[in-house]
Amino acid sequence: MKFVDEFRAPELIAKAGEEIRKLADSDRHYRIMEVCGGHTHAIYRFGLKDLLPANVELIHGPGCPVCVLPMGRIDDGLSLAAQPEFIFAAFGDMMRVPGTHGSPLEYKARGMDVRIVYSPADALKLARNNPEKHVMFFAIGFETTAPSTALTLVRAKAEGLNNFSVFCNHVTIIPAIRAILDSPDMRLDGFVGPGHVSTVIGCRPYDWIAKAEGKPVVVSGFEPLDILQSIVMLLRQLRRGEAKVENQYTRVVPWEGNRAALRVMAEVFELRPYFEWRGLGFISQSALKIRESYGTWDAEQRFTVPGIRVTDPKAAQCGEVLKGVLKPTQCKLFGRECTPEQPVGALMVSSEGSCAAYYNYEHRKPITIANAATR
Amino acid sequence: MATTVTKIKFREPQIEMSHGAGGKASRRLVEGLFAPLLFGSSPGPLGDAAHVQINGTKIAMTTDSFVVKPLRFPGGSIGELAINGTVNDLAVSGARAEAIVVTFVLEAGLPTEILEAEVRAMADAAEKASVKIAGGDTKVVEHGKADGMYVTTTGIGRLLSGVEISPQSVRPGDKVLLSGPIGDHGITILLARGDLDLEADLRSDTRSVFPLVQALVRECGAGVRWMRDPTRGGVATSLNELARDCALGIVLFEEKIPVRDSVRGACELLGLDPMHIANEGQFLAVISSQHAESALRALRATPGGEEAILIGEVHEQPDSAVLVTTPYGGSRLVDMLVGDPLPRIC
Repeated sequence: MKFVDEFRAPELIAKAGEEIRKLADSDRHYRIMEVCGGHTHAIYRFGLKDLLPANVELIHGPGCPVCVLPMGRIDDGLSLAAQPEFIFAAFGDMMRVPGTHGSPLEYKARGMDVRIVYSPADALKLARNNPEKHVMFFAIGFETTAPSTALTLVRAKAEGLNNFSVFCNHVTIIPAIRAILDSPDMRLDGFVGPGHVSTVIGCRPYDWIAKAEGKPVVVSGFEPLDILQSIVMLLRQLRRGEAKVENQYTRVVPWEGNRAALRVMAEVFELRPYFEWRGLGFISQSALKIRESYGTWDAEQRFTVPGIRVTDPKAAQCGEVLKGVLKPTQCKLFGRECTPEQPVGALMVSSEGSCAAYYNYEHRKPITIANAATR
Repeated sequence: MATTVTKIKFREPQIEMSHGAGGKASRRLVEGLFAPLLFGSSPGPLGDAAHVQINGTKIAMTTDSFVVKPLRFPGGSIGELAINGTVNDLAVSGARAEAIVVTFVLEAGLPTEILEAEVRAMADAAEKASVKIAGGDTKVVEHGKADGMYVTTTGIGRLLSGVEISPQSVRPGDKVLLSGPIGDHGITILLARGDLDLEADLRSDTRSVFPLVQALVRECGAGVRWMRDPTRGGVATSLNELARDCALGIVLFEEKIPVRDSVRGACELLGLDPMHIANEGQFLAVISSQHAESALRALRATPGGEEAILIGEVHEQPDSAVLVTTPYGGSRLVDMLVGDPLPRIC
């Protein structure tokens, strides 16, 4: 496949692995956080951990939108959708996320009209095709998906399509990184920066991490070679004692971001004073809400939202895993009460969640085979 | 009268779509509810067809229902699937399909034209597979209670001589063969639904795999240890079931697993693993290592088997799991399908 195979070429990947082993100082232990869940998934899917020396440790960050969504928001969304003639539309990765009384998929099995869509525009199309029903799009995601939600709202307004609304759970990445750096039990050497988010916001918003916190950031693509190359770039900076923001993903990420996307976001959204993150608690100015000028299409302004708050199951340590303090296997529920099939916490639901990635690809893997695979 | 207490292990409060997806949830339903109540507590490994003995003759028997949406798609239709699906379940059990009976569940309002086209497709597929359609039944339900039509086919077959396949005969060192590229059927159906604005030049792979199975069995006899057609749940689910049933590890070489570019592209976009996508015209076989090369030659010499390939081997480790080695020297586990990314694929 063009533009993919080039970044999966075994010889180049072997070379990058070699470079990492050369650059990593054997007297030092490196803790590098990949912020984005897409990176976490790729690291496990391509078995990249097997290529790193033991002293280069990857810590999984909070960049999985499904994982950071508190259960109360899911309950709120599903309770709205219980109104007659309602269609609940969401991305596929929302479908198995448990609410207090079941996941959207379980609600669907009980008769709720729940649809999987691949973009908010598809949800708008549903509204157009079902004028007798109300379609509510359950929006999640960082700045990656927020512009398409914004654009869809602009279109809904232009068309006067009043049987459509958005239940907005969009969050922003920078406050989450700040919360992690503020966490006293966290010690990190650098960041593999989120690739998709940066296509929208660009690289500038990470400047403070380098300047004020003294930690290097390399914005990275999602193919094996991208991730390894980003680790090489981080290790080079660390070796030279530098801390700056670099862009490895230049084929997709413009340094200044995407102006048109930022403009449409500003047109439709404003910052919420605070928002609850699963595992991280309330973070101020960390999420987006729909402006009053688009109130007709905002489910929260249009309907009465119960505002359900659910505390995570006590035994689950999603917060610690989400912040990278604990490894997935160090949680008491991992692989026992909490599995991808019957997830207790959201990190086990999304394929980008570190628990699911770890469970699916890694936890029963015998190291001997991994290294001695015969060809 | 002696009473037996049958233990039901299936504790889920209601049936979800995933219970029909052929993955973990399906297995829980079969092993936790159907098997204990219908076959006694220990069903043993669950194959694609049952073996029954009548007056000393061993017969393979299987049944399969088809609820695919849409009814027609590039490369096939529900009628064709209904015949090939049952022929294939018998084939990978080492049997040649002899006769099939058909049940139609039709929805009031279904245009005759559509029904006729499907019946014709069944007749054609049966003729191609040289299997007799011996009887059938028809039920009609109210409009809106079924998507046009559902079809159930039940087939019996005669076991090929010299073949003794079971997960228990699989040994470390055995090789895993695959008849051709994977994922075509599942992705074709997904695209045919038109919910996604994606287009690709892709056709379902639905076909009878019996000629390939026959060539393999002729060449290798008892060297054929195990076979399965990886339908719902895909290659990953079939091989995980094998790994569990034989308590060994299956190690696959990722770069050897054939996936067409259009299937790979769609999977990349949608975050699916081609190894979880359904096939309707491919099969997996575990062959003893000394027979592996001649098996490949025999498959490739049979029309439709040109793309057959060795994709992995059986190891002691990982215990009861499937490991994929990447071309970069890394590896990952591949689990059974969890949930149901693509409902009603067959």
